[in-house]
Amino acid sequence: MATVTYDKASRIYPGQDNPAVDSLDLTIEDGEFLVLVGPSGCGKSTSLRMLAGLEEVDQGSIRIGERDVTHMPPKDRDIAMVFQNYALYPHMSVSDNMGFALKIAGTPKDEIRRRVADAAKLLDLEEYLDRKPKALSGGQRQRVAMGRAIVREPQVFLMDEPLSNLDAKLRVSTRTQIASLQRRLGITTVYVTHDQIEAMTMGDRVAVLKDGLLQQVDTPLGLFDKPQNVFVAGFIGSPAMNIATFDLVDGNATLGESSVPVPPAVSAAVKEEGSDTVTLGFRPEALEPVSSESEGGIPIVVDVIEELGADAFVYGQPAGPTSELQSDRMRSETVIARVEPRNVPAKGAKVNFRVRPGNEHFFSVKTGARIEA
Amino acid sequence: MDTAEKLAQMALAVALFAGVVGLILLLAGRVRRGADLAQALAFVVPALALLAVGLIYPALRTGYQSFFDRTTENFVGLANYQALFERDDLLVVLRNTLIWVLVAPVVATVIGLVYAVLVDRSRFEAFAKSLIFMPLAISLVGASIIWRFVYEYRPDQQNIEQIGLLNQILVWLGMEPQQFLLNSPLNTLLLIVILIWVQAGFAMTVLSAAIKGIPQDIVEAGRLDGLYGVKMFRYVTVPSIRPALIVVLTTISIATLKVFDIVRTMTGGQFETSIVANEFYTQSLVRGNYGLGAALAMVLFVMVIPIVIYNVRQLRKADHR
Repeated sequence: MATVTYDKASRIYPGQDNPAVDSLDLTIEDGEFLVLVGPSGCGKSTSLRMLAGLEEVDQGSIRIGERDVTHMPPKDRDIAMVFQNYALYPHMSVSDNMGFALKIAGTPKDEIRRRVADAAKLLDLEEYLDRKPKALSGGQRQRVAMGRAIVREPQVFLMDEPLSNLDAKLRVSTRTQIASLQRRLGITTVYVTHDQIEAMTMGDRVAVLKDGLLQQVDTPLGLFDKPQNVFVAGFIGSPAMNIATFDLVDGNATLGESSVPVPPAVSAAVKEEGSDTVTLGFRPEALEPVSSESEGGIPIVVDVIEELGADAFVYGQPAGPTSELQSDRMRSETVIARVEPRNVPAKGAKVNFRVRPGNEHFFSVKTGARIEA
Repeated sequence: MDTAEKLAQMALAVALFAGVVGLILLLAGRVRRGADLAQALAFVVPALALLAVGLIYPALRTGYQSFFDRTTENFVGLANYQALFERDDLLVVLRNTLIWVLVAPVVATVIGLVYAVLVDRSRFEAFAKSLIFMPLAISLVGASIIWRFVYEYRPDQQNIEQIGLLNQILVWLGMEPQQFLLNSPLNTLLLIVILIWVQAGFAMTVLSAAIKGIPQDIVEAGRLDGLYGVKMFRYVTVPSIRPALIVVLTTISIATLKVFDIVRTMTGGQFETSIVANEFYTQSLVRGNYGLGAALAMVLFVMVIPIVIYNVRQLRKADHR
């Protein structure tokens, strides 16, 4: 078991100007489950592959525990990886697949057999040990890929979107299985996914990447409650946060007929950077319907209603004569609001919402960084 | 052959054709009726007709003739086959054929495989591959003529220069030039080299494509498991391309069994270099011994069958995967 440290690690693909991973600084604690998340092309897989030794580190260094592994061949790094397509050897049986790394390392045969049997028991694979991968279902193959990693008893597990080839239902159950297995084994794990729900449900901490740059590392709740910039705010949370650029007028953020009170500290910070606009974000669940006369309202014309049973979401357009002008200012096509599932407004109705005080997120228009209220 | 016999032959061919078509109709009728049947027939009948006239009938006819004497008039039973396994000159033919089949496919495949692995993802891959692929574009007769110059011998006398590459190298090394094509069994091996030179390109092309088809993540998993170089080759590359290896080996084996041009061009089958395909030509068309020629053709046919069956079964297995 060990910590993992990325120390200003960069990867620049030959012939490209922008680094795929740009001076990544990240420390993963012993036994921690860290999730790397971001949109495709953000460098999350490259970061993982740098740690695995499948990708060169062009600048900076990577350490596992106290060992500098920056230029070490993969097999000496004491890691095990679970691939997106599982990468099982098609010509070997399940048990041979699981024990192969040990066999190459020259581990005695009974030791291999014992460790494979233990892992098979843990993963409920005992009856499939003699089968070839092609005779297994997707979920079983995924477990064999996990087993192959567990058998090695490595210091670090690396997982590259291991659930993306499973169907939706199996993905949810396997998600919890992997998380609980990791807690039980206590092995430091780096997990890559593009799915923010997977990231939020599995990770002890989540690192959000974009364009090769680390945006924020925090606990799932930390990311949700205090996103450090507009990108993280928009990326984490489902449905996504409503984000738009508002004018700052007399201590209120206004856009068309919408108006949200702004704390003095935020107004001061915006004035300080010489701006009269502010990016305001609020989550769908931070909105509540109010009577149309009340102050600080956001009038919305209901477009579509999604009724999920436990929740209901209203998708709408900002109301008012200048709404077309406003759509340039918005990050998304629609405004989303969570409403009581047993008391939904009618389609086409105009509803006045307000943001529950304290649930606004303010960001600088210039830098995108969070402005603390 | 008189006219009556020719007519009888034609009648036999027509009957054969009708029989095959009838069989197809029966089979197709059991599967589906109507438009599908017409469509299937349109595709299958011409091919079957050609097969019947060009392959099935001649095969049966050859088999029949192999039980007759040199004029194909008198029935001699198994005498021709007996001769094959008793006459010294014909035993040499069988021995040579065996050497060809054992050496050429294996060596050509190994060379093609090693070459494909070595040039894979190197900077000169396209150029290196075209170098070894080019001989495949030369006819075997052309290739044989080229290699005849390589093996060419000039008497070892004053004022006479060697024009063969191999002998000139021997002279440079201070050795006596050799009459390479006269010494058995070395000459058979030297002829095999020509086929290997041609077929290695084929092996390399097919195997290189198979190697590129190995999923990248399996190679990476291998690297994480500690596989490099020879071990990667042994545990990942070779098992992954096993079906392609088998296809290449069997295809070259069949090509080897049928080799005729090389022996014909280089030695004409003399100096103990003859092989079945060449001998059957010599016996039938040079010496006029049709019975023995037919028996040799049957031997060749029987030797190819198991390889073809194996190949087809492998292909079917690959389809099920």
